[in-house]
This record gives sequence, structure tokens and C-alpha cells, in this order.
Amino acid sequence: MIEIKNIEKSFGDNHVLKNVSFTFEKGKTNLIIGGSGSGKTTLIKILIGLHKIDRGTILFDGVDFNAIKIKKQRILRQEIGMLFQAGALYDYMTVEENIMFPLSMFTDKTQEEKLERVNFCLKRVNLEGKNNLFPAELSGGMTKRVAIARAIVMQPKYLLCDEPNSGLDPKTAIIIDNLIQEITKEYNITTIVNTHDMNSVMEIGENIAFINHGEIWWTGNKDELLNSENTELNDFVFASKLFKRLKQ
Amino acid sequence: MIKLLRHLGLYFIMMKKVISTPEKWSVFRKQLVLEMEKVGVNSIWLVLIISLFVGAVVAIQTKFNMESPILPLYLVGVASRDSLILEFSPTMLSLILAGKVGSSIASEIGSMRITEQIDALEIMGINSASFLILPKIIATTFFFPFLIILSMFIGMIGAWAGGLSADVTTADFLYGLRYEFNSFFITYAIIKTVFFAFIISSVSAYYGYHAKGGTIAVGKSSTLAVVSSSILILVFNYILTDFILS
Repeated sequence: MIEIKNIEKSFGDNHVLKNVSFTFEKGKTNLIIGGSGSGKTTLIKILIGLHKIDRGTILFDGVDFNAIKIKKQRILRQEIGMLFQAGALYDYMTVEENIMFPLSMFTDKTQEEKLERVNFCLKRVNLEGKNNLFPAELSGGMTKRVAIARAIVMQPKYLLCDEPNSGLDPKTAIIIDNLIQEITKEYNITTIVNTHDMNSVMEIGENIAFINHGEIWWTGNKDELLNSENTELNDFVFASKLFKRLKQ
Repeated sequence: MIKLLRHLGLYFIMMKKVISTPEKWSVFRKQLVLEMEKVGVNSIWLVLIISLFVGAVVAIQTKFNMESPILPLYLVGVASRDSLILEFSPTMLSLILAGKVGSSIASEIGSMRITEQIDALEIMGINSASFLILPKIIATTFFFPFLIILSMFIGMIGAWAGGLSADVTTADFLYGLRYEFNSFFITYAIIKTVFFAFIISSVSAYYGYHAKGGTIAVGKSSTLAVVSSSILILVFNYILTDFILS
């Protein structure tokens, strides 16, 4: 479980996050939704420690991330799996080397043990036998799946995904969404997905926070979202004609 | 001025992160070997070709400027030797390598920055500056002196060939090469090269590591890396020459 309490963040005069509090629950896919410039990417970057907060608390299962020393923060980060928008795979490494990399850095496993784990993760994301391909040889969906495999190889307690569906066709996007949800349930981890894809929201939104102008305007799940009367939320979620009809 | 101080501050903060014990020695060794290949071995052909032709040209131009019966021909060997050892191999070649290796380092790290690969390292709990930059600095400072010694040797061969084409006999040329040779010049050249290698790798890494924006930022960081490294090489060439030879 990750709890954020009274988070404040400004970049110069731009007050990006204003008194943001939310609880990301364990074993659920927690979604942060909001329009461009709403502050959701800043929030996820704060959660992974890439931005420092001005005020507030971030608790990873009760541990205050900002109160512990850098060395301990690094150890805590090893428990976080991160799926970046573009995958962020290392260009000069093969699929196998990319996935094996965290194991090589942080464990004393033998080459055979590491390979066994890599193959298990590849199988989990339905990419068996793709070990020797380079990132440049992968499609968008395959890149995301390799990135998921790398994110789960260390059996993380927290999985953070930054717009996992961007640039993917709707069918592949649903495959990635379902994969993220299955992994969340399978390993009972705290998953946070940052998205503005409404298909994802309807597919996997178990615990949703809607951010608008740097503030949390609404929280709930996908069923509650359908019946919400929050104007700003409805304007955002049901922006297209198709979704408006669905709402009606 | 404020911008320069800001760059200096960020550079030293980055270097503080760079100079730390590697998280895993086995991975570090692998990275080091990879970097040696990238920055060193892959530059050998460039060094060979440039040194050979510059050596030949230096010999021919020296002969051309010494068309006097009172000047012995072996001076072509002396002048070629000293030009190559004192200035061309350590300084001019470092400037050329700043273009090749420096831009490569800046664009590689810059691309990793804009595609969030550096963020991915940080999130894994890895000191990204040390992981990416330290092997490059060690590889360049270790390998560049070998490249410079190779350049001196090949440059001499080029000078000999150039001298032959300008009617300087092999005997005269070899006599000139050995004439009042001061071996400290080699040490001086190597000291300069180590400094230049450090400048090229760390300054280029700095610009790549702090690249911001899209692909244009990568190109910009690469250009800034080459320009800044080249200027610093020339400044430090003067400082080191004054300090060591005066």
C-alpha cells in the first residue's frame, strides 16, 4: 500500500500539486487519471523519487520515503517496478539482457538461475523465445511487454506504470491492461497506472483518483465513475460522443 | 558568468556522484571492457590514418621550408619527431578524438536521458551517473595514452615516407629521430593526454547527462560537448605546457 498525504509541489510559480492525499491499495490496479498538464505525471515522478516534494508525506507500507537516507531510498526503489511510457529499454542490450539487468545488479544468482527467471518472466508476458532480439526489433506492444517483464523480474511490491497504452492500438492496449491487472492480482502488489485512456479506466479501474488542476477532484472505482455527477470528471471521461452515449 | 558558475556547480555535483564505488564489480568490469572497445579500439583506424598522413605532411613541409645548403637533412627527422611527440599526437589528436569520442558519449547519454533510460536506472536504485560515466572516464584515461603512443609511432612512419618522397634519405631521417632525443617529451605527452582524456569524457558526459527536451537536445548536447571539450583542451594545453616544460 502507498499512501500520499498533503503533497505539495511547485515548479517556480507553477503550483502543480495542491494538498494531494490518496491511498493506493495493495492488490488493486490504482489509476491516476486527468488531462494533460493536470499534474498526474508529476505525481508519479514524485512517487518514484525523481522529483522532490515541497511538503507532505509518502508512505510505502508505512515507511516515509522522504524521511529515510538516500541509501535506504535506493534499497526501497529496488522494490518498485516501473513501466515507462516508451518502455525505456536499454538500446544496446538484448531483450534477455534488459530483463536480466536488475538481477545482475542486485542479486547473487548464477547465470542459470537468472536465465530461468528471465524465461519465466518472458513466458508470463507471452514473449517466449524472444531473448535475443534488440529493442529496435520490437513492436510497440512487444516493447511494453518486455518492459513489464523487466519491471516484475525482481518480484516488486509496487508496480508503477506511466501511460502504458500510449502509442498502442486498442486491441494491444487491452492486452497490456489485462496483463497489468493479472500481474497485480497474481503477486498481490500495489499497482499504480497513470493514464488518460478511457478504455483502460473502464477495463481495469478498481481504485481511481481524478486529478484536475493539481488537486484530487474525485475518487472511486469504474462503476462509481459511470454514475458520477461530478461535472469536471464527466467532461473529461465522457468527452467523446461514444462515451457520452455510454453514459446515457 | 552566472551561467558558467551554474554549469561548474552542476559539473562538480555530477562528478561527486560519478566518483563512487561501483554497485557491482562484475557489471562494472563488463561495462569497462565495452567502453574500452567503444572509445578506444574503435578509434584505432582513425588514429592510424590521420597520424600517417599528418606525419608525412609534416616531413614534406619541413623539408620544403629548409631548402638551404647549410641546414642538414636530418633536421627533417628532428622537426617531425618533436612536432609529433610534443604537439600533434597529444593535442591535435585529442581535439580530433573530442569530435569522435566526445560527441559519441554526449549523444549516447543524452539519448538515454530523453528516452527515460537514465530514470529507469535511478528507479532501480542504481547511481546512474556512476554506472554510465565512470567506465567511460576510466576507459578514455586508460586507453587514450595508448592511442597517442600509437599515433607517435605511425606518425614517424608517415614522416619517414614523406621524407623519402622529398629526397630525405632513411639514414638522415633516422639520425634526426635519434638526435638529442629527450625521453621526457613522451612522459609530457602522456601526462597531457591523460588530462585531455578526462576532459573529453567528463565534459561530454556532463552535457549528455543534463540534456533536456527531445532529439534536438541530443544534437545540442553533442555540439556543446565537442566545443567545450576542444576549448578546455586548448586552455589546459597551455597551462600544462607552461607548468611542465617551463
